[in-house]
Amino acid sequence: MNPNLKWKGLFIVVAIVFCVYFLFGYPTFPTSFAQVKDNFKNQIKLGLDLQGGSQLVLQVQVQEAIAQETDTTVDRLTTALRDKNVRYDEVRRADDTHILVRNIDPSQYSVLSDIVGTQYNNVWDMAPAAGQTNSYTLTLRPGAVAAIQEQTVTQARETIEQRINGLGLTEPTVRPRGGHNDNEILVQLPGVSDLAEAKAVIQAGGQLELRLVNDPQTYPSIAAYMAQHTVLPAGDELLPACADNRSRPSGPDNGDLYYVLNRAPVVTGRDLRTATEGRNTTNPGTWQVNFALSPEAARRFGPFTQQNIGHNMAIVLDHCVKSDPVINGRIDDSGMIEGSFSQQSAHDLALVLRAGALPASIKYLQESTVGPSLGADSIRHGVQASILSLLVVMIFMLIYYRISGGNAVLALILNLIILLAFLAMSGAVLTLPGIAGVILTIGMGVDSNVLVFERIREEIRNGKSSPAAVDAGFDNAFRTIIDTHVTTVVSAAFLGFFGTGPIRGFAITLVVGLVANIFTAVYVSKTIFQYHLTKMDRQAELSI
Amino acid sequence: MIELFKQPNLDWMGKAKYFFALSGILLLAGWTSIFYGHGIKYGIDFSGGTNVDVRFANPPNLDKLRSGLTTQGLGNTEIQPFHDIANPNTNEVLIFIEGKGQDESLLQSSRAKALDALNATFGVASNKPDFNLATPASLSAVLTERDPLFLSVNAGDRYQQLAKKIFDYRDADANGVLTNFDDLSKVPGVTPAVLNVVKSGFALGPFTIRGIEIVGPKVGAELRRQATFVTLYALGGMLVYIAFRFTGGQVGGQLFSFPKGVAGMVVWVLDKTIYGLAAVLAVFHDVLITLGFFSLFRFEISLTVIAALLTLVGYSMNDTIVIFDRIRENNRLLRRESFADVVNKSINQTLSRTILTSGLTFLTVLVLFLMGGQVLRAFSFALVVGIVVGTYSSFGIAAPIVVAWNRWRGHGAVAGTGPAAGNKKRGSEDLTARLAPAGRR
Repeated sequence: MNPNLKWKGLFIVVAIVFCVYFLFGYPTFPTSFAQVKDNFKNQIKLGLDLQGGSQLVLQVQVQEAIAQETDTTVDRLTTALRDKNVRYDEVRRADDTHILVRNIDPSQYSVLSDIVGTQYNNVWDMAPAAGQTNSYTLTLRPGAVAAIQEQTVTQARETIEQRINGLGLTEPTVRPRGGHNDNEILVQLPGVSDLAEAKAVIQAGGQLELRLVNDPQTYPSIAAYMAQHTVLPAGDELLPACADNRSRPSGPDNGDLYYVLNRAPVVTGRDLRTATEGRNTTNPGTWQVNFALSPEAARRFGPFTQQNIGHNMAIVLDHCVKSDPVINGRIDDSGMIEGSFSQQSAHDLALVLRAGALPASIKYLQESTVGPSLGADSIRHGVQASILSLLVVMIFMLIYYRISGGNAVLALILNLIILLAFLAMSGAVLTLPGIAGVILTIGMGVDSNVLVFERIREEIRNGKSSPAAVDAGFDNAFRTIIDTHVTTVVSAAFLGFFGTGPIRGFAITLVVGLVANIFTAVYVSKTIFQYHLTKMDRQAELSI
Repeated sequence: MIELFKQPNLDWMGKAKYFFALSGILLLAGWTSIFYGHGIKYGIDFSGGTNVDVRFANPPNLDKLRSGLTTQGLGNTEIQPFHDIANPNTNEVLIFIEGKGQDESLLQSSRAKALDALNATFGVASNKPDFNLATPASLSAVLTERDPLFLSVNAGDRYQQLAKKIFDYRDADANGVLTNFDDLSKVPGVTPAVLNVVKSGFALGPFTIRGIEIVGPKVGAELRRQATFVTLYALGGMLVYIAFRFTGGQVGGQLFSFPKGVAGMVVWVLDKTIYGLAAVLAVFHDVLITLGFFSLFRFEISLTVIAALLTLVGYSMNDTIVIFDRIRENNRLLRRESFADVVNKSINQTLSRTILTSGLTFLTVLVLFLMGGQVLRAFSFALVVGIVVGTYSSFGIAAPIVVAWNRWRGHGAVAGTGPAAGNKKRGSEDLTARLAPAGRR
């Protein structure tokens, strides 16, 4: 036999054996049919649409974080100008990315430009405000905006990931989605058909603060406070009670309730070391969340509580007061949040606290749930349709092209094996559009074989001997096959690059299938033909 | 040897005007429907809104469902029953609440309302949870608590596995809606004691939620934009590749001349890219006709349908290229024949391949259309229509365009009067001098 042919054959066999082993014999070498099935199930991962589950697309409201940065800068700038006794009319946020400093004393302009120049050099640009004398506009640089945006999205993603992982679901995925400026996050929860809990956990704000209560009295409204005190001392803030904290010892009161708190928190959610749910000892049947502080925060918290024994300490969660226990003694590193918690809600809050607060709120753009029975249906339909169409095609090829048809059938089966093995190796998931891609690959595979065989027949009709006809047939058809395949790959590549989700899955299977097809329908098929020709008489008629 | 056609010898180009007329009629019918009839119906991923997919054990009373939804303030809902050809007894209903001008939070609340309406209309009046809406976790919790198998070691794990098996039975064998608890005794591991626990812990409702989809308006608009651009990019990419592989502007080895100036440049570019242009026009024609059929038969355009449209673009292109490839080959060999004859001959030579491949792929997608279930219905419809139209457009639209262009350029009638050396590459400066001006013949 031609040594070249021998090497070709060896290469083909090795490639096929590798693919088959990877699909059916890995990770545990099978000793029973059930194990083969298990291995296959293990290797081919199904998408949410086939195995059932839920998917959420969220958008991080980045502009909130940007506005917050601007607010913080306004605060800092005000303090800095006051410290240097600079006279001005006002410093305020003009919009999300602009600050207006109005009517500053012209002789003190250098102080302002000094502060901006040294402290905010890379973040804020300053220019005279249009149409106003002695006023200046600070603009947040686009680079800084982009940095905040990226940081916010990343932090939100990490936080959500931690929270979702805490739910104890199987193989959840949290990953960025869409373009850079979309600020979107994709959450996939296989096997989950009720999203209520996941959504509650994702959306919870989780901003915890411990603040000193500066006034033992509470007020039914901000107006009521103002009526008594006329002015709120600098450094104080009025915050409402949470909905489950409105009944007072003096009698139930379902209206609003306001606390006067220190503006600066002693401890925030970032200082937490851990948080867990536990049974409430004073009020049996309800639950509470116990937390422990990091060592660094404990060093601050210990002396602070020592100094403020007898005062109330407000536990503020998402900008409302959850409770305001009295400090009875020095507390170093632990505390608790009481409220009307069930075990579930206490568990979820502890989870949210552990993961930390979201840097900005989020919005749900899209949500889809595929129930387990729908997934089972889809996979059954998809697989049935694939197998049936494969059978129809194979039977036809065998009848129409006789022995050569067997060649085509083999090429089609190998094509499928290579395609599936590649999906398994790359870790891509098989989705419903993916199955459609597989079926289309079968179609293209048939086309390649038909092209080659028709061409060989034509060459035989033109009087060529069998070996010459096979050579000429493959050569001529190859040019066509390359053109058709490249064109389809070009369009599939666009789908893959610009499409999302299902469209991308479809494109990936199609491209892999097409590449595998060139290998099987041309290389493998030709090698088999050549092997067949070496075995038969030169003058004999080819069965095609 | 079985052969479809022995030596076909049909005059395809002579019938070009009938092909154009047929395409015109199809386009007119479809696009009349789009503009003045049913319009284009977008699926939820493009229009935005809320979809709730419900399967009932028995055919539901749709009037009751509608009035239940109206009570919840969802008057403007579409209730669409599925008719599955392969499985006619599915009793599946899709409730669609349009999301036009709605905020994301409104969509969320419309889902809750739809579920409330279902429960109020069809739900069981029982304080026990509905088995058909329950999750394996809740069942395993009940089993673990009641412990019907008196397990002590790993009780939780083993009940979890049992619960999973029971729900697999419900979802796969009972099609998602169990109608009788006693059917569960077929599940291995379910003893009468287990069955009793299930019976006492759960009620059996008449429906199950198969899937829920909520798409916000922003995503819908974004996807529509994306789909349009992806299609145009793909067509552009193909045009470039084909223009690169099949350079026009010559017939039988004779290069065309072209006038001077800007008009000349345009003609030159068209000469060079005519194959690509014809192929892309033909494919574009296929997409337009398929869209028309979608409107006529009221199928929805969804994201997967876009994938199908792009696939049909690929298939149709495939067919066109096979024919063009033959034209390229014959154009070199057959110098004495007119270009139209070369094209006819090329189509005839590839005819059995065209019929075989298209027939087989058509069969494949027909199977998909009939058996693929409702999720793949619109997808496979696009391909069923697309493969027929795409095959036809290769010889009915793409090839005649190239022939018509070459005829207009004066090289269609009889090619090959130039010297054999015309096949060689020439410098561009003596090109006009050597070649006869257009229309000399």
